[in-house]
Amino acid sequence: MSFIEPLAFLVITAVAVGLFSKKAAAIRRNILLGRKETINDQPAKRFKNMLLLALGQQKMFHNPLVAVLHLWVYAGFVIINIEIIEIIIDGLTGSHRIFFPLIPSLYPYLINSFEILALLVVIACIIFLVRRNWLSIKRFTSGDLKGWPRTDANLILITEIVLMSLFLLMNASDTLLQQRAVGHYADHLTGNFIISSLLHDSLQALSNQSLIAIERVSWWLHIVGIFSFLNYLPYSKHLHIVLAFPNSYYARLQPSGKMENMPSIQQEVLYAMQPELAPTDAAAAPQRFGARDVMDLSWKNLMDAYSCTECGRCSAACPAQQTGKLLSPRKIMMDTRDRLEEVGRQLDQKGSFQEDERSLLHTYISTEELMACTTCNACVEACPVSINPLDIILQLRRNLVMEESRTPAEWAALFSNVENNFAPWKFSPDDRDNWTRST
Amino acid sequence: MHVPTVAELVAQGKSPEILFWVGCAGSFDQRAQRVTKAFAQILDQVQINYAILGKEECCTGDPARRAGNEFLFQMMAYQNIQVLNGYGIKKIVTTCPHCFNTLKNEYPELGGDYEVIHHTTLLQQLINEGRIKLKEGGSFTGKKIVYHDSCYLGRANGIYEAPREILEWLDADLVEMKRCRSKGLCCGAGGAQMFKEEEKGDVRINTERSQEALATGASIIAAACPFCNTMLSDGVKQAEKEEQVKVLDVAELIAEQLNK
Repeated sequence: MSFIEPLAFLVITAVAVGLFSKKAAAIRRNILLGRKETINDQPAKRFKNMLLLALGQQKMFHNPLVAVLHLWVYAGFVIINIEIIEIIIDGLTGSHRIFFPLIPSLYPYLINSFEILALLVVIACIIFLVRRNWLSIKRFTSGDLKGWPRTDANLILITEIVLMSLFLLMNASDTLLQQRAVGHYADHLTGNFIISSLLHDSLQALSNQSLIAIERVSWWLHIVGIFSFLNYLPYSKHLHIVLAFPNSYYARLQPSGKMENMPSIQQEVLYAMQPELAPTDAAAAPQRFGARDVMDLSWKNLMDAYSCTECGRCSAACPAQQTGKLLSPRKIMMDTRDRLEEVGRQLDQKGSFQEDERSLLHTYISTEELMACTTCNACVEACPVSINPLDIILQLRRNLVMEESRTPAEWAALFSNVENNFAPWKFSPDDRDNWTRST
Repeated sequence: MHVPTVAELVAQGKSPEILFWVGCAGSFDQRAQRVTKAFAQILDQVQINYAILGKEECCTGDPARRAGNEFLFQMMAYQNIQVLNGYGIKKIVTTCPHCFNTLKNEYPELGGDYEVIHHTTLLQQLINEGRIKLKEGGSFTGKKIVYHDSCYLGRANGIYEAPREILEWLDADLVEMKRCRSKGLCCGAGGAQMFKEEEKGDVRINTERSQEALATGASIIAAACPFCNTMLSDGVKQAEKEEQVKVLDVAELIAEQLNK
């Protein structure tokens, strides 16, 4: 018995960490399938953004109630996980509450604060479940979340409630066993803890054997649950707890109205206007105009996709979505991730990507969606973790127009007017200053 | 009032301190022309050494770029930058937030580096410097005015206060819509939507926004963009409120109160 438990624990830990590392590496590989883009300017400003947006959750506070609840869950989840260090050492060495003898006076304060946070997490998650499933808040009832995404969100909340409950149940049975001076529990007289002691009444009737069973099962389920959750993360929207940090660090710093330049086209126009500047060996490599598939997007666009937790603040702010158009910026991000995962699965299976007659444009995102965007930047502004759906929309539009020549007739007229009359309407350029005559 | 062109000034051996970039809407659209004239009138009155490009001005390429046609954008940018650099233009003011955004943010990396300001910012500066004088007994005193944020001025470039400070200076009772400032709802015209039919949906964006503005009970909807102006005017007309509620540019409000 004495070595079976630590051995089992070692195997479980190794498998959990190994699987997670493998999936994390695959996600890194997928993100790097994107176009290269160097983002390394103004590190101090970037670091500050990361602290404010990711750690401080600044944008969440547009809705203070939700922000506080979210902060409970976040702080609770992260801080309580400090307890994992103890659990892992206990698990590997077969010890029990190894930190208690080292910091006997501090220990109860630590566990008490973890327990309060655990309770807050449970309360917040219950409120979130109610908001998500019963309050018909538009961004949660939206069709974007049909199927798996809605289940994913609920699973995360339920898992957190279960994990926190197991933590409390484990402490409750442990402290009760201490009171009863049972076995090694009596060697660690931590005393009762603030929240779990409330469970004592309902556990009182149980025998020592049952309590030991509850304590052990809770301990094991808690840690196995955490390991499972760790491995669930990369498949879930919950990955944002990790990627929010790099994603806000690498967010754009320039004014959001600025569109990315296309230097290749800039050069081409320059050589057309001033042929004397064109290099004689100008055999420009054939290239893609805009983006058709995920590999054409920048790696930052792809990291955006993995950072999205599908909260829908972007879509709630989007003028097209608010007026019933097909476009939903959240769906743009979800589609980008789904397509990237699809490409990634092919890489896992075949080792290289082969044309599969599918692409982000058309297979996932339709022309109608792209055509509804007013480029108003509301989605970009709304995102708490600095995701930029607009940048993806505009790159896909560039592909539609420049490679497929797919443009509404009115835009074809717009282009022709700008080209020939230097204005989007069919007026003579000679009339441009007519207004000055009547001043 | 004579509106000088840069070519004219250069021929006289002079150069303008600031170029007034009129923009296509400001040049051709009848409604926007009134804003252009109002702003030119203010510049003239304040005796700013300004000029326009006149026939030499071209579309900045903004709608083409946002519609996905980068070639066309680059062609327009090339032409405009040639003209602007040829005249040695240093400073530009424009009444159009789309031109403003393109000139300010997108031309520098193409070789067109200028100090670009939006007319609301310039007007606010002129007010602060005491250069704009209003006639006695302003007709906007206590009048309910709601300001609609242009996306390309607000979210795109962080300009929220300049237009509001002007309205407050006019002693108006400035009211806000729920969706204002960084949460402002688009008028529906951006991203080249102005030039095509809206995609199908439940309601037009400009209808939604105009309803929101009308619900504040304001008698004036102030805008700072020719496209917002058109979209909101259409929305107000659709609601058959054009008699009671006017959609006006910030420059028009000032021009009406100028001590001539």
